[in-house]
Amino acid sequence: MKEGLPQDPMMRQLVQMARGKMLSRRATLLGLGGTAAVLSLASCAADAKSDLTPATDLSDSEKVLVWHNWPLYMDGEDDASYPTLNRFMGETGITVEYMMEIDDNDTWYAKVKDQLALGTDPGFDVACPTNWLVNRMIGLGYLQTLDNANMPNKVANLAPAYLGDANDPERSISVPYQGIIGGIVYNKKMYKEATGKDAPTSLADVWAPELKGRVGLISEMRDSVGLTLLSQGIDITSEDSLTEDAFNAAVEFIAAQVSSGQIFNIKGNSYGEDLTNGNIIVALAWSGDTTILNAEVGEERFGFVVPDTGSTISSDSFVVPMGSAHKKNAEALINYYYDPVNAAELAAYVNYVTPVVGAKEEMLKTDPALAENPLIFPSEEFLSNVFAFRALTGQEEQRFATAWQNVLLGA
Amino acid sequence: MAFVALGQGSAGNSSAPKKASRVAFILLAPGMIYLGLFFLTPLVSLVITSLKTASFTGEIGMYDYGFQVSNYAYALDQYLPQITRSFIYALIATLMALLISYPIAYFIGVKARNKPILQAFLLTLVIAPFFISFLLRTFAWKQIFSNESPATQFLQSIGVLAPDQYVIGSSFAVIAGLTYNFIPFMTLPIYTSLERLDTRLVEAGADLYATPVQTFWKVTFPLSLPGVISGTLLTFIPISGDYVSASRDFLGGSDTAMIGNVVESNFFRIQDYPTASALSVMLMAAIVVLVSVYVRKSGTEELL
Repeated sequence: MKEGLPQDPMMRQLVQMARGKMLSRRATLLGLGGTAAVLSLASCAADAKSDLTPATDLSDSEKVLVWHNWPLYMDGEDDASYPTLNRFMGETGITVEYMMEIDDNDTWYAKVKDQLALGTDPGFDVACPTNWLVNRMIGLGYLQTLDNANMPNKVANLAPAYLGDANDPERSISVPYQGIIGGIVYNKKMYKEATGKDAPTSLADVWAPELKGRVGLISEMRDSVGLTLLSQGIDITSEDSLTEDAFNAAVEFIAAQVSSGQIFNIKGNSYGEDLTNGNIIVALAWSGDTTILNAEVGEERFGFVVPDTGSTISSDSFVVPMGSAHKKNAEALINYYYDPVNAAELAAYVNYVTPVVGAKEEMLKTDPALAENPLIFPSEEFLSNVFAFRALTGQEEQRFATAWQNVLLGA
Repeated sequence: MAFVALGQGSAGNSSAPKKASRVAFILLAPGMIYLGLFFLTPLVSLVITSLKTASFTGEIGMYDYGFQVSNYAYALDQYLPQITRSFIYALIATLMALLISYPIAYFIGVKARNKPILQAFLLTLVIAPFFISFLLRTFAWKQIFSNESPATQFLQSIGVLAPDQYVIGSSFAVIAGLTYNFIPFMTLPIYTSLERLDTRLVEAGADLYATPVQTFWKVTFPLSLPGVISGTLLTFIPISGDYVSASRDFLGGSDTAMIGNVVESNFFRIQDYPTASALSVMLMAAIVVLVSVYVRKSGTEELL
């Protein structure tokens, strides 16, 4: 570098300019390296696993609660009247900010996971994600353990079927909100026109050639692939039966239906749109939505059936993150929704399986017909044909989700 | 080297000032800080993320720092169809936009030159779509071409589509949506080039016994080339990374996913951040290479 400069003035200037460029390039590299170092340090701190501890509970002084929930999941949602929720606010003086933030488990989790990992306020005090995601959050230590003493209704009225979960046997970290049954939603009139039959009874009916291009699937892996696995004779609750090979075979089967054009689309909650505007005639989807879609179009246009090979079941649960300073308010909310009167009122609107014992008796008083609906109050016999997707390990989850995602992307 | 190709136009032979002026530095500082914070930092972070390895805990979405170059091979192997598809869609949509925009720009810039009111009106029409959100316009398309819509039924009745074929979810719908959304970006640069076209040159062409077609290819088109180049760049680059039109929630179906959809899905659905980052880096690199080759081949470095 320390060479003398040429005598010729023009050459001298050129050499100087070139050297200036070199320096600036070096400075740039240095800058890049510096940024990289700072970034890695900063993110190292964030990634380091530490034992999270619950935030100090300020519920006694702060009467507020932010609740993240799914759309079409609260009574009075069509006109934003929220009768049960408003009554809770009146009774307790707690102001609930009800946000329909969860449109899809994965996308919601992607939004809040960094704060959850740090144990800081993730923007909600209570949320109702689906059980498999709840299990992941429990495993990572992101959730607070609730105090049963503040939730006497829950202790008294939680259906015993929900107890004994491996990660949360007492249901003191995650308290079920609603149970969801996956099955076949169909447009009654158009299904009859297309196939000549009244209603589909099995998944084979969904893959019938008359329905080419008119079939929708929900993007929730455990429901769409779960129903397909069941139709192939796989026991989705068992590790021996639901192997990775079996899973991949079912995913390949669905992929073949996509490439043959049988399946019109695979999407999240917005599959309802495709049903209401007639894009699709049948869908593998969720039970409660049928009622709400019918209410939306103002007639009994859609029906829901449990396929003869069985349905999937899952549940969404109340959870309180480590970063929430309003645990006691959340417990008051859970306790309120475990009062059978309130649970019945909620179930009558959302039409999902209620985990609250005694809600059926309450509904018999107000709406006896609805109380006989097995999709809200499933009988033992009905439940014998309904199965929960088995728990997956982290690696399995990653591989299964990648395989399923590749179908969504048409790989 | 790609940057050299792009930057050559500005590297004139005027001698650089001896001392950087303090004022110039102060004026540049906000821009440099902004770019440093919001461009350079994320870029470095992106490259670092693209080299991470799966965490030993095996939990989904957990990654450790590493130097796993194979992430790139994996991403390429796994998503080559979507990468190829993105560039094919972008190429077709850019060409379609050019074919549609050039006559529009020519009419506004040359034919309507002496009618300022008409010219202003037509320009407003070109820009008008910007007044409505891109998402809303794409949703409108979705409604227009839904399976039970009159438009789809008409296409089926005249035999363009078979009775069990639909518009939404097809490559056609995605490319048409992309083309439509980017037409203003193509029309305006071409218009600015053509607006300055000296019509006496066209007359001279005719005087020298050139046919109108010859005049167009020898005179008009070369003079409008700067507009065409910047128009194609302004459409091709964003289209390659677009994920709205091809999304299953909009015009796309299950076999129309582009790189943008793959990246989105890897980030938000399966939390495979390294693969998503590797794809983003590759998309960026591919665009830089393609664009620099394009600029070189079209011999227009000095026009940019």
